[in-house]
Amino acid sequence: MSALLRVENLHKRFGALVVTDGVSLDVMPGRIHAVIGPNGAGKTTLIHQIFGTLAPDAGVIRLDGRDITRLAPHRRAQAGLARSFQITSVLPEFSALENVALAVQARAGSSFRFFRAARGQAGLNAPAMAVLERVGLRARAGMVAGSLSHGEKRQLELAMALAAKPRVMLLDEPLAGAGPEETARLVTLLGSLRDACAIVLVEHDMDAVFQLADEITVLAQGRVIAHGTPGAIREDAAVRTAYLGEDF
Amino acid sequence: MKFVVPVAIFVALALIPLLAAVGVHVPGIVTLIASRVMIFALAAMSLDLIMGIGGLPSFGHAAPVAIGAYAVAVCDAAGVQAAAAVIPAALAAAGLFALATGAVALRTRGVNFIMITLAFAQMVYFATGSLADYGGDDGYTLSARTTVFGLDLLDAKRIYLTTLVVLIAVYVLLRVIAASRFGRALAAIRQNRGRVQALGIDAFAIELAALVIAAMIAALAGVLMANQAEFVSPAYAAWGRSGELMVMVILGGLGTLHGAVIGAAIVVLAEEGLGAVTQHWPLVLGPFLVLAVLFFRHGIVGGARR
Ligand SMILES: Nc1ncnc2c1ncn2[C@@H]1O[C@H](COP(=O)(O)OP(=O)(O)OP(=O)(O)O)[C@@H](O)[C@H]1O
Ligand SMILES: [Mg+2]
Repeated sequence: MSALLRVENLHKRFGALVVTDGVSLDVMPGRIHAVIGPNGAGKTTLIHQIFGTLAPDAGVIRLDGRDITRLAPHRRAQAGLARSFQITSVLPEFSALENVALAVQARAGSSFRFFRAARGQAGLNAPAMAVLERVGLRARAGMVAGSLSHGEKRQLELAMALAAKPRVMLLDEPLAGAGPEETARLVTLLGSLRDACAIVLVEHDMDAVFQLADEITVLAQGRVIAHGTPGAIREDAAVRTAYLGEDF
Repeated sequence: MKFVVPVAIFVALALIPLLAAVGVHVPGIVTLIASRVMIFALAAMSLDLIMGIGGLPSFGHAAPVAIGAYAVAVCDAAGVQAAAAVIPAALAAAGLFALATGAVALRTRGVNFIMITLAFAQMVYFATGSLADYGGDDGYTLSARTTVFGLDLLDAKRIYLTTLVVLIAVYVLLRVIAASRFGRALAAIRQNRGRVQALGIDAFAIELAALVIAAMIAALAGVLMANQAEFVSPAYAAWGRSGELMVMVILGGLGTLHGAVIGAAIVVLAEEGLGAVTQHWPLVLGPFLVLAVLFFRHGIVGGARR
């Protein structure tokens, strides 16, 4: 089986600071590929480069064999990438439903329609409602996104990514700041997404990572220091000293 | 409920010709000032599309107004008064201007966007001043007003009603656009541009289209303005004009569209009123506007709504 998303020998530096140092990784269809590492390891920067919000200095990114290294972010989204943000990033003045309906609209590539009111369109609202249901936000559909709780905003963020029906989802700490119950629900949800798309999961919650990941890549100081199955990573001596601590 | 205020505004504006029609004497100055308000409101409303809904604070919106006005002058000098030629020329010129300058200005955000739109408007100001065939800095007096399919809809008697009809039509059009998929995307870009792009929407294209639409409406206001004054001059593109339009939108309430009419009324009336008292009226109006903007962050319309 060939990789759906392939990162080849990526390099990026900010001045003297090397944040991505020859990173390669393959994301297989239907798999959750976790990227872990200590704070400042370069995980978010890697996600930015895969999504196109930062340009790498060198290296190639392929989606299903197609070189997308130079594509603008919105083009990558159209090609099948979706992302959630480490810093919660919803549209605060829109209702939860409108947030997701916009994602459906974006997916349909139909934002240059000037005359029909968007609010009542079943073609946007029905799929949006279905996604809200899936992430457990149905009851909040009419609420203004800015007034949702932090955990609910994280769910909404995920719903927006999902509504785009992506082939690969890039999730940067989707569990950050969620309470224990929300975390449990989100973990179940993320696990159930495997059949919908492949996932690159950046996450500090190690219980969640070992529960969800099919494969793990460990970054430290911009470099891949280990890669393998959760079982292999758990046993890896270098990873233990660099990151995991003795608990694992 | 949503439409009570805008309907009240348009009914109030319709009262002037209605009263005149039933024989009430309406002083000419009232009609004149009210039609000035409506023409400015038209331009301010179009600015509200990009600034209030799209979050693009253009400090150069007088430029497309002036372009529309100069389209009238250029056609007039060529002996053409037909709206069927004048209006397409005005819209096309302003639309192309917005397309070219917008493509550059949209590479910047925030204060830089304000400065670069101002710079482009200044270019129009100086360019119109150098048009020797059209009076240069002194401006150009029209030989005749624009006619619509041979009808004098823009003559001194009828321009008020024509402007009112255009204003209402544009208001409805902008309401429809704001509620459409395009309008939703535009409002979303204001809230979080990066997020919208991450969804796969080309934010730049949406913003550029909004700039072009707004410029075309502003050009329409310019056509009316030139006809009302029977005169055009580089002052139409002066930075003070662009500033006034911004103040109208902010005073009326960003993103409300009909607030632009209220903002235009306040600014025009304040200028007329203060102008009668002191020639230093900008010194009085300036601080007042700063206070108004500070304390009515949602504008008059928004402040009343709370
Ligand atoms: N725009 C920037 N300019 C300069 N340095 C940056 C920039 N963005 C990130 N960095 C630096 O790059 C390094 C990697 O940052 P990054 O955000 O990718 O880490 P991370 O692995 O996501 O960390 P965390 O787990 O805390 O989210 C950090 O040292 C950070 O300070
Ligand atoms: Mg990070």
